[in-house]
Parts: sequence; structure tokens; C-alpha cells
Amino acid sequence: MKLLIKNGRVIDPSSGTDDTLDILIEKGKIVEIKAKIENKEAKVIDASRLVVAPGFIDMHVHLRDPGQEDKETLSTGSKAAAKGGFTSIACMPNTSPVNDNRGVTEYILSEAKKKAVVNILPIAAITRGLRGEELTDMADLVEAGAVAFSDNGHPVENSQTMRRALEYSKPLKTLIIDHCEDRNLSGEGVMNEGYHSYLFGLRGIPDSSEEIMVARDIILAEKAEARIHIAHLSVKGAVGLVKEAKKKKIKVTAEVTPHHLFLTDSCLETYDTNLKVNPPLRSKEDTQALIQAVKEGVVDVFVTDHAPHTADEKDAEFDIAPFGICGLETAVSLLLDRLVNKNVISIKKFIQMTSTNPALILGLENKGKISPGADADLTILNLHKQIVVDVKTFKSKSRNNPFHGWKLRGAAVMTIVGGKIVHSS
Amino acid sequence: MAFKHKHLLGIQDLSPEEITTVLDTAESFIEISAREVKKVPTLRGKTIINLFFEPSTRTRSSFELAAKRLSADIVNFNKQLSSVVKGESFKDTILNLEAMNPDALIIRHPSSGAPHFATTFCRSHVINAGDGAHEHPTQALLDAFTMRQEKKNFKDLKVVIAGDILHSRVARSNIFLLEKMGAKVVLVGPPSLLPLEFKKFGVELDFSFDRALEGAEVVMMLRIQMERQQKNYFPSIREYRNLYSLTEKRFRLAKKNAIIMHPGPINRGVEISADLADSAKSVILKQVENGIAIRMAVLYLLLGGKESEATD
Repeated sequence: MKLLIKNGRVIDPSSGTDDTLDILIEKGKIVEIKAKIENKEAKVIDASRLVVAPGFIDMHVHLRDPGQEDKETLSTGSKAAAKGGFTSIACMPNTSPVNDNRGVTEYILSEAKKKAVVNILPIAAITRGLRGEELTDMADLVEAGAVAFSDNGHPVENSQTMRRALEYSKPLKTLIIDHCEDRNLSGEGVMNEGYHSYLFGLRGIPDSSEEIMVARDIILAEKAEARIHIAHLSVKGAVGLVKEAKKKKIKVTAEVTPHHLFLTDSCLETYDTNLKVNPPLRSKEDTQALIQAVKEGVVDVFVTDHAPHTADEKDAEFDIAPFGICGLETAVSLLLDRLVNKNVISIKKFIQMTSTNPALILGLENKGKISPGADADLTILNLHKQIVVDVKTFKSKSRNNPFHGWKLRGAAVMTIVGGKIVHSS
Repeated sequence: MAFKHKHLLGIQDLSPEEITTVLDTAESFIEISAREVKKVPTLRGKTIINLFFEPSTRTRSSFELAAKRLSADIVNFNKQLSSVVKGESFKDTILNLEAMNPDALIIRHPSSGAPHFATTFCRSHVINAGDGAHEHPTQALLDAFTMRQEKKNFKDLKVVIAGDILHSRVARSNIFLLEKMGAKVVLVGPPSLLPLEFKKFGVELDFSFDRALEGAEVVMMLRIQMERQQKNYFPSIREYRNLYSLTEKRFRLAKKNAIIMHPGPINRGVEISADLADSAKSVILKQVENGIAIRMAVLYLLLGGKESEATD
């Protein structure tokens, strides 16, 4: 089936395109892009006054499948992604069992083929069982379809192990993603350490916990001449480290979540467990540094760190509730409202950070661009649409999102994956 | 003056006038506990549940006696003997107890914010009897009552609070209260238990106990928990004692008429010498005694007894 998207403002940072153009899609691929296309067989989508972008890629989500299907499944997670404007999502390996072998990677891919409405890109574990000891069979996992490696949720504490992973991964042309946290410094912390943790009497996680691991990873990547991707950057000091490393041409990339950009630790005065996340919401100074880092290109990618949890688990005392925010369905509107519509960054920059850059970092050759032959993954945006976040309308199986009730301007109104409309509103 | 709160969650929510109201109300209750028949009918027909998710000697008994002396019916919930040990959640526990139609829940919990969480789904009045390292409002109120008895007013009163400030809800509630009432608070402890950010509460910090004691009129000691040593907050109890224990010699640096306070439980010979704890300068047991009047006042103000009955 053919699809013809007409009169949209097509923005593709990879080619520098920003023009009113038509796009013809056939057999899941983009076949033609030009000012006026006529095709009688194609289903026509009128994209007047809308922005047509290469499909958004969220390179950091937790889909909980296999093992914790009460929180999310490949099916529900993919529907949440489609609603949120994402055409591809990379899922972290901290499932049960852990994605540390070909069997689990293949399960995810075959289940996804049957049930998911967006592309699912499995991220495999760096170490077996996420224990931080022995490396997984990385070459085998890459062959099975793993797009990157991470022990996310856990840092790789042993520096020698991290060094070996970085070295070993090089010829595989894959990516190592690290959750940077010194567990000894974090201790039993549940929120950012500082004035507000002392005020609320909650145990703190210091910023040094992240900074130390970011510094270590940058040093190891430099010595190994390998690539390292820093997950969910949250503190000012770590921003400075990444900035310096980039100046020195060390192959480091970094990501940031909307909640670390737009919420601070002072929000926790309500003890709302939907605000409990790791890394924790940081200080105002940190959020300002992160926004500056986005503007300067120190941060490469926006991610959600979508971490669904059941209502029962979150409906508990702050100390015992699990960490995580269910973010796939609010990220795009938050970023459009707070950054693009407030002229903090351009729409082009936004698309670069949600599509172009993650495709480059993950080495997805046919994604993250609008050009003939590329996969027909597109996200269509209405920059002026007003929405009110309502967790009750979520496609995700979980509801743990602190932005409920927020009024935002800008939304993904259509998501096209492989030439198929998987969401439209 | 009116006390317009449904719950008592923390000192942070109270104005100086409201604090004074609680203290004045407690004043009118103090005499009841000295009577032959220690009971007034003020809260007759009210039901109160004492929910303690943590061990307690003083606070639990004090609330229980306060309720009984006001003729309220009080039930004690004990975590160890409850269905919590069978895995029942905090929320379900409270919802089930609420189904029995109590008027107030008194909650002690090891997690900061647990009483605040309870107010999001329950109908009853909630009184915070200590939540994690956050607040212990009735302790601060009874401490203030005791200080007012001894020192008349709070303006520029130099109060030194020494010990494990980081983990202490008593310290926080006292800091908030004394700050509101115009006292001069100095916090003392090893830097590992006394983060610099505490300055933002409007208090002074001093890592030297001797220096801080100069001119002190109230010295409030906090219990040092033995398990802190395992987490390297300080090297040994011996060294802690040398630097931060209140000894007779050290106490002489304070003002002549200075008093010694401690919320209990005391580790004799650790944060305070046994002799000082038992000395005439110590008002530690007075604090416990005053606790009942303060808790009677709090129950009365929240559960809406009538003014005329209060002085019955």
C-alpha cells in the first residue's frame, strides 16, 4: 500500500531539509520527496500546518517483558511509544530473565514482530545477570540483533570489567551505554542529596555519585579509544566532564530525560512517589546546566528512561516505592512545550536530538532521516496543539507519571512505522 | 485562638501563634495529671488509634495516657503483632483500621513522609508521632514547653543541639520551632553527621562542642546510634565520646543556669555522662512529664473539644 503525505513542513536535519514537501511511501520505504507529488493509488494524508519529521527513536526504555508483564509488555509499551510519537524504542536488558543471551534477544525480537506496533531494538547486558563480573557473548548478541550493551539499572562497578567491555566492543561496532552511579556513595539514598533531602528527612544520593562514574568512563573510553554513551545525565558536574571530553575528541555521547530537565528535588515535598526516580531529580542549578548542555550540543539525545511500575508498588511509603517514571507518552509534548515553543531550542535541533542523533549513535543506517530508500518511519507534529496530560488515557500498562494535569502545547499527532499508520489523533 | 489544622504533620506547617496556642493549651492540662482522679470527659466518645510501625517507649505511652486522661478510647496497633508481618501494606493497614471509624490516627513510621502519604487517602485526623528523619512535632512542642517553663521566653535563647543531627527528626522539628520562636540555635556534631546545608535552616553550625557551649542556656543532647559507626560516620564510640559527649567538665563551659535536655532514649556514658543525666541541671524526666500535657493539648485542639470542657 502506498501513502502520500502532502503539504507538510518536512524537517530532516540529516540533509538540512526544511521545506513544504510531499512524501511518497511504498512498501515500507520512502520512495520520493519533492514539492508536488500526485499519485492516484496512494492514500493521502494532509499534513498542512504540521511538521513531518523522521521517526523518533527513544534509545532508553524499560519494557519489562519478559518477566514483569504486570508492569508493561512489548505490546503495551510499543503502543505507548506510538502514541508518544516514537517509531523505534531500544529496550534495556534488566528483564527477568536478563537479556544476556541470544535466547532472550530472540524472544524479544520475535514477540515484537508479532505484537509490537513500533520497532523494538533490544539492548543486551554488558555482564551476565547484570552482576558486573563476566562479559556476555557480545558478538553472538550483536548477531542476534542487539543494538547496544548496558547493565542499566546497575553501573558496571568494576573498572577492569568496564575497560574490557569497551575494548572488546570496538570491532563489533556496537555501543556501550553506562548508568553512571557509584553505589557506595548512593547508599540507600532515595532522592538528590542537598538542602531538600535534609528538609524532607529523606536519604540523599550525592551528585558526586554520578560525576565519579562519568569521569571514570570517559577516562576508560579515551584509553581504549572506544565509544561510550552516558545514560540519563543529571548533574552539572557530569555535564562539565562530558563537555571537556568532547573538546578533547573523546568518543563520548550523552542523553537526558525530560524529567531531569523540567523537575527539581524541591518538588518532593509532597512525598509523591511518582517523582521517585534514579538518577534522582536534582537541584535547580543542575536543571539549568542540563538545559544549557542541550543548547550547546553537550547532550546529544533526548530519552524517556520509560520505567513503568504498577500502581500498587508506587502507592506506598516513599522509601519503599520503586524508582521510575513512565515517560513515553509525555516526553514529546514536554520538550515541544518547554524547549521548542519557548524558543530555547529550534524545532530542527529537537528533531536532531530525538531522531537523527540516536540513529547515528545506534548505527541505524536506514532510520533517522527522510530520504529515498530510508525506512518509512515518520513522526508528524502539531506544534500548536494544546493537550492536558491525563494518565488515565495512557496506552502504557502503568500510570507512574508526575506530569498528570500539566497543560502543554505541541504534540505528536501521527506516527508512521514502516509505512503503516500506528497512531493518529 | 483557633488552631485551624486537620492534621499535625510537622512544625513546619505551624505559625508562631499556633505554637503558642498549643503551649498555652498544654498549660491548662498540666494540672490534670497531678490530680487524684486523672481524667476529664473532654474527648469522651472519640476513638483514637496509636499506629506505631517502630519501637517506642515514651511517645506511645504518652499519647495513650493523654488520650485516656481526656476520656477518649484508644487502641494500640503493634507492628509485630499485626498483619504487616504477613505482608499487608501500609495503605491497606490504614484503610482497614479506618473502616472501624476512628477519629484520629497517631502514626510513627520509619519512612519520612508516611503520615503525609496517609492523609492522601484517609478521613481521620493524622498526628505525626515521628516519621523517619523528618519531623517529630509533639517532641519539639514538649521541648518548647519545657524550655518556656525554665527560661520564660525564646527570644535570643541560645540552644545548642548536639549529636547525630543528620538522622534526627527531633533535631529538625526543634530547629523549625526554635527558629520560628526567635531562639538562637547552634548545631554541633562531627561534619559527617552535620551537613553544611543545615545552615540554610537559619542556624549556626559548630564542629567544636566546647566552643559552641559558651553562653548556652539550653543543651539538647541527641542519642548516637551505635550502627552509625559501622557506616563510618565516625571512627569509634570512644572517639565520639571524647569529642561530643556532654561531660561535667564540658558542661561548665555553658551558662551557670543552663539546663540539659534529651528526647530519650539515653545511651548513658556515650552522648551524656550518667551523672549529668541524673543531675539537677537535667530536665529530661520533666520533658517526659510535660509530654502528656502537650499531647492532650494537641488531641484536644485537633479533635475539637469545647473550650469550657478544656478547663473542666
